[in-house]
Amino acid sequence: MPKTYALSRYHLVQRGDMSTFQTWLFRLFAVFGALGVGGIFLLMLGFNPLHIYWTMLKGSLGGPGMQKETVKLMIPLCLTTLGVALAFKMRFWNIGAEGQICAGAIAASYFAYFHNHLPSPLLLFVMAIAAIIAGGLWGLIPAYFKTRYGTNETLFTLMLNYIVLYFITYLREGPWRNPEGGFASMPRFTKQARLPEVLLPGIGNVHIGWIVMIVAVVWMFIYLRYTKQGYELSVVGENMMTARYAGMPVKRIVMRTMFISAGICGLVGMLQVAGPDRQLTDAVANGRGFTAVSIAWLSRLSPFGIMIVSFFFSVMQKGFSMMQTEFRIPGSMSDILQGIILFFVLGSEFFIRFRIAVRKEVKA
Amino acid sequence: MTFAQQLLAFFYAAVLASVPLLYGTLGEILIEKSGNLNLGVEGMMYLGAIFGFLGGFIFDSAAMALLFAFAAGMAGAAIYAFITVTLKANQNVTGLTLTIFGTGAANFIGEIIKDSHAAGTVFISDKVKNVLLPLDMGILSDIPVIGKLLFSHSILTYFVIILSVSMSIYLNRSRHGLNLRAVGENPAAADAMGISVSKYKYIHILLGGGICGLGGAYVSLVTAVGNWQPNIIGGQGWIALALVIFSSWSPTRAIFGALIFGALSVLRLYIPKNIIDIPGALFSMLPFIVTCLVLIFSSIKQKREHQQPAGCGVNFFREER
Repeated sequence: MPKTYALSRYHLVQRGDMSTFQTWLFRLFAVFGALGVGGIFLLMLGFNPLHIYWTMLKGSLGGPGMQKETVKLMIPLCLTTLGVALAFKMRFWNIGAEGQICAGAIAASYFAYFHNHLPSPLLLFVMAIAAIIAGGLWGLIPAYFKTRYGTNETLFTLMLNYIVLYFITYLREGPWRNPEGGFASMPRFTKQARLPEVLLPGIGNVHIGWIVMIVAVVWMFIYLRYTKQGYELSVVGENMMTARYAGMPVKRIVMRTMFISAGICGLVGMLQVAGPDRQLTDAVANGRGFTAVSIAWLSRLSPFGIMIVSFFFSVMQKGFSMMQTEFRIPGSMSDILQGIILFFVLGSEFFIRFRIAVRKEVKA
Repeated sequence: MTFAQQLLAFFYAAVLASVPLLYGTLGEILIEKSGNLNLGVEGMMYLGAIFGFLGGFIFDSAAMALLFAFAAGMAGAAIYAFITVTLKANQNVTGLTLTIFGTGAANFIGEIIKDSHAAGTVFISDKVKNVLLPLDMGILSDIPVIGKLLFSHSILTYFVIILSVSMSIYLNRSRHGLNLRAVGENPAAADAMGISVSKYKYIHILLGGGICGLGGAYVSLVTAVGNWQPNIIGGQGWIALALVIFSSWSPTRAIFGALIFGALSVLRLYIPKNIIDIPGALFSMLPFIVTCLVLIFSSIKQKREHQQPAGCGVNFFREER
């Protein structure tokens, strides 16, 4: 007996009719939905979620001191995201920002530890350049093998994270270990190797990284929208074959973009060690490389969107540390809530991209 | 200790260390064969680790511990499957998010139980551990060399070997296994053949997640001997992801891959200091460096049958053709 096939009553239709404003509104709803689910979770643990969310908000934005801490969290997060977003635009899965930050931090620390006789501005400049080059080269390794042999860059960049992270541990336990001090740690930077602080209107003195961040956001906006290189990399991302057919040097574009992407991440490492950390530690990246992947995706790779979303994330992170001290909720709660929010927003994209259509009844 | 004894001890430690890697690898192979790349192995292992621990702690039963671990891994995978298969979101980002979520959830729950119980009371009882820890099979285990090599492992170790052999048969010899591979290689063709792509994806992503969960339970119950520690998985899920490539998507080759990586991770403890004195941190890099080399060489070789399933990473959308 022949099988009969019936078309299902519901089917998906791709939609292109949502305005940018509507899509952002949609994502905002998704975030609120996630906060709702997170709230239920908190409720089950016996906390009042509204009270907790309010404390988080107050703890991150409630005063100049807290705002300053939030900005300090935002600087590395925003810059790292700009870095990975550049690679993502090219569909190159750079999830090695964590390692590239570490590589930059190591290179910068080398100059801070062994060449600190230089005058401060020169020293900081050398540190920044060294960090960009070190981070960039660390990112160039997977880019080279990707273009040459098609090596899977997702896993490659990921593995490189762990290698450089253990290298910091090695430096801490061996060659760069602070001879004073009981447990293994690296010495603090001398005054010349610390970033100057600049007044951020309305908030107070924050290390100079905030200017770097704003410059980087504007630069990236222009780079992606108005330069030839920016155009090339987005063509490579959209369709590799088109790029080849148009005569673009695809390999060179991939390597160049990846160098810039990883270089920005390397610079983050320098800003961290010379800014808030004042020494090299193995927590210099502290998961930012992974959070950046999420932020880049949530902000649809738009530079100003990245700034907004990373602001939101740093408010969340600062709020969580507040929550930890006030309510004694373990800090890992921040990962859970971050996960839930991302799940919701990722899921909500479906309704932005598709419409569920109902088939009309058709008589056979 | 004589050299032979040392070698035997080294091999035994390598087996112990390789089991969770093998679980993670097998789980991910099953998932990737369905055409989904799930970067959440680490997260699913964390979920399995904490819920396996919870199951053992609350019910005082090894069966419940394993059931909980399997279910927790499956639950994590279910979130991933719903978002990528039904809602067609990006697989990489969803997988990474699953890792962030799973890691956070496990550490969170672990800390909550430790906080809410008196110090020193949160551990797994001997009753559970006797079932799961390496077995003593009496006479068999006492046979010199062979006894130690073959007859004194955890029940989970024997199970993972059976699992990888049966998975290999399933993927290569059974109808469902072949259908699954069709889904992973070319979902549109599979769909045209009348195979339900979504159903196959769901079932195997969930099963794979459960298997990863068991690997997590092994870490918390066997490797850590039933004592919960924060960050217990510590990157083993990522190594498992690399092992999938190392073993070129073959469950039986994965056994040897896992053994090699297990050996690398314990090598430091078995090399006498007076022969080679390499700092510990550099040794810890070794598995990751080898993984990079494997990635490079496997991409240079490029054998057709040793590649990632072609549909991996791309969501199937029937109307889009």
